[in-house]
Amino acid sequence: MNASTKHETRTSVSASGLRKAYGEKVVLDGVDLSIGEGEVFALLGPNGAGKTTTVKVLSTLIPADAGTASVMGHDLRGEAGAVRAVIGVTGQFLAVDNLLTGQENLVLMGRLLHLAATELRARTAQLLQVFDLVDVAGRTPTTYSGGEKRRLDIAMTLMGRPKLIFLDEPTTGLDPRSRQTMWQVIRDLAAGGVTILLTTQYLEEADQLADRIAVLDHGRIVAEGTPEELKRRIPGAHIRLRFADAASLDEAARALHGSTRDDAELVLRVPNEGGIRSLRDVLARLGDDVAVEDLSIHTPDLDDVFFAMTGTASKEKSQ
Amino acid sequence: MSALTIAAQDSATMLGREIKHSVRLLRLLIVSAILVPVVMLLLFDYILGGTIGHGLGDAARGAPYVDFLVPGILMMVVAGSCGPTAINVTLDMTGGFVDRIRTMAVTRGALLAGHVGGSVIRTLVATTAVAGVALLVGFRPKASVVDWLAVVGIVVAFSFALAWLSAAIGLVAKSVAGANGSTLPLSFLLPFLSSTFVPVDSMPAGVRWFAANQPFTPVVDSLRALLSGAPLGNTAYLAVAWCAVIALVSYLWAQAALRRGTE
Repeated sequence: MNASTKHETRTSVSASGLRKAYGEKVVLDGVDLSIGEGEVFALLGPNGAGKTTTVKVLSTLIPADAGTASVMGHDLRGEAGAVRAVIGVTGQFLAVDNLLTGQENLVLMGRLLHLAATELRARTAQLLQVFDLVDVAGRTPTTYSGGEKRRLDIAMTLMGRPKLIFLDEPTTGLDPRSRQTMWQVIRDLAAGGVTILLTTQYLEEADQLADRIAVLDHGRIVAEGTPEELKRRIPGAHIRLRFADAASLDEAARALHGSTRDDAELVLRVPNEGGIRSLRDVLARLGDDVAVEDLSIHTPDLDDVFFAMTGTASKEKSQ
Repeated sequence: MSALTIAAQDSATMLGREIKHSVRLLRLLIVSAILVPVVMLLLFDYILGGTIGHGLGDAARGAPYVDFLVPGILMMVVAGSCGPTAINVTLDMTGGFVDRIRTMAVTRGALLAGHVGGSVIRTLVATTAVAGVALLVGFRPKASVVDWLAVVGIVVAFSFALAWLSAAIGLVAKSVAGANGSTLPLSFLLPFLSSTFVPVDSMPAGVRWFAANQPFTPVVDSLRALLSGAPLGNTAYLAVAWCAVIALVSYLWAQAALRRGTE
């Protein structure tokens, strides 16, 4: 979608100081969010960062311990019913009825939304078409592929034409092809003017889809901005060289200024801004005599974002 | 639309879903809700019935054991619905379905109403089928049309009460296995510790007191009196009162569990 024509004059989601704790465990530690109408907003963070809890609070599933929030102009606490009428939620885990067919699942949603009979039929047919589920509409989701289940899940969310959609890790567990399809689904939704709050563990996904990204860590937002703004704050890509012995590491470190060394692993990280050319340059400066055991090219990922924003590695990868 | 119309509409939608589920799981339900009670009926009538029948004495009122047994078996059909109902509720709670419903403007309680309604309908179908088999194997009720209506009424009331109790158990259960285990005392133990198979008077003193005063006994005694044309006394009032108390307490428990679940 074209970001330059968007005027974020109205706010879809506005939250301030959201806190949530389960006993001793603090899950949300003062989350502030402001999402404009029509925006695609990504919450980026590792497992346990508080992404799902944020979605649950904003979608009226659980109350926050402290803080205020409004969704499409309705206060979360006082007007939960009004909030529910304008949102659609696709949770992290599939919420399809496995004993009903794909079509019956959609019809069930339509009934619960009190759609008129003609609208119900038209909307069901339309969503089956859009999400490429026509062929499997008469079968139960137990026979679906992972991608088909996800598409049905999202189609059910869209039955009531929500103005704001929550997508909690919409591509987790999908194969690369289904992930591409899901990205296209999300882009199409955004093009239709729907506001989207999605959560993800992958920087690439946030980068591909979101107008703005907030990085969540231990229940706090540690960085927020457009994908470009965030990536500027991440140290660039690097080349990782592993050596057979300490002598080679020493020699290479002398030859390659500006690199960082890890003596324990005999590894040298060399900044790599210029792609192949700079790779050639690095190899040329090393010469033929230094024994390089292993070489890999590293592009920024969530771990780098976390390192840059928090000074610590994200939990999963530091284990 | 008024809130009440919407609540009724949402409950009807959920009931429709539950009936569809039951139809999809028909084979499973036939085994658990109809075949198991029928096997119990045959075992107790043909294998144990000879000896038990001799020991019944006055309680049999001169009729064969099968006439004493069938009202108890019908009550076991009702009690047997507890497990499936609790499991269905737990499945919805532990899957994503309830979270989806909660983020929609759907009437609170419609989902449980659907489960309870579905449970009562399943039980009515199953009791009818088991009663049919009972007639085939020699059960000879002496009930008038009014008596039969009363029998249906008590079955529905008891089924309704146990369905709410099962729904509450299903709400607080952490897993399907937990839900199933928690309902076993209802569907298995309590029927045996009542007048289902033998008169309460024949039991040891401690058990006898418990059996005489727990809810299953007045329910079975009422069904037995109605079906055999015996005087009802006040046992039917007691049965209906138990049903009302169980339904009310379970309903309140379920609502509290539902509220807790959202926090």
